[in-house]
Amino acid sequence: MVGIVLVSHTPKIAEGTLELIKQMTGEKVIMEIAAGTCDNRLGTDPVLIGEKIRKADTGDGVIVIVDLGSSIMSTEVAIESLEEPTRSRAAIADAPFVEGAIAAAMEASFGKGLQDVKMPPKTRGV
Amino acid sequence: MATDTAGLVKILEAVAGKISENREFLTELDSAIGDADHGINMSKGFSAVLEKLHSQKIDDCGTILKTVGMTLVSTVGGASGPLYGTAFMKAGQAVAGKSSLDFEDFVTILDQALEGIKYRGKAQRGDKTIIDALEPAVEILRKEKDCTDKKAAMDKALNAAKEGVEYTRSIIAKKGRASYLGERSIGHQDPGATSCYLMLQAAIEKIKEMSGKGC
Repeated sequence: MVGIVLVSHTPKIAEGTLELIKQMTGEKVIMEIAAGTCDNRLGTDPVLIGEKIRKADTGDGVIVIVDLGSSIMSTEVAIESLEEPTRSRAAIADAPFVEGAIAAAMEASFGKGLQDVKMPPKTRGV
Repeated sequence: MATDTAGLVKILEAVAGKISENREFLTELDSAIGDADHGINMSKGFSAVLEKLHSQKIDDCGTILKTVGMTLVSTVGGASGPLYGTAFMKAGQAVAGKSSLDFEDFVTILDQALEGIKYRGKAQRGDKTIIDALEPAVEILRKEKDCTDKKAAMDKALNAAKEGVEYTRSIIAKKGRASYLGERSIGHQDPGATSCYLMLQAAIEKIKEMSGKGC
């Protein structure tokens, strides 16, 4: 199953989103959160993001859902510093945070592959 | 004009000191058009850098710069972490294996830092970012790479960076949190361009001080 990592500036954003997702998918999906800095400030931490991507990768790849600003750049840094094969099967979704996360989680729970989870129908405008 | 690894560490200490001195100033600038954390984030990052550099002796200038980059990436927290982090890592790659640096290396370092920031942030000149200060300085240094008066070239580059910071007051932010302000970002100088200028200023002052009259 494709894993999903939620990257946000504060854990509250990701935790709230995860709560919404679990309402629909239960515990079926592989979801990790990388939010805030290592000393609990608002922001993102590439080291933490990298760890969570590794953890969420069970062989089918990982989609990262990002909130804004530094979360994108921090995730790019994290992915670039990952080892193969995780590195080439980790991707950032170009989607709004809450809706993108829910849509991706649904696709993943259906057993869809990386491309479908990265661009679920809901965010493709279908 | 050349510096060994100890000299490079001194330059980086001066940069860290400058950031720490301007912590409140940078945060104040960022509170006008951003998320009010630039000074805090940068000084957190650079105190971690100092700790890292003082805890081990590295005998390769490239590895020193790479260590600075990796430390910034993992400790800053805001967008300036990946941006300045990538800048230092890219600069480190360009001088990998060198135990001393000359003026040409200094130009290469800044040139590669600029490339790193452009690659990571996908911004260009006029977007009200670090690039508005760094690119004008790098352009001058590229032109003056073979000049005889290196101190004058560095002063000229620093002045161009300063003018770049001033220029950011007149333009709309296209990147980062400030971009959500649109036209209301006009009239405020960019915190990133400012921290970049301050870092350049500290580095150049230190290089001039260390090279004394032997330049």
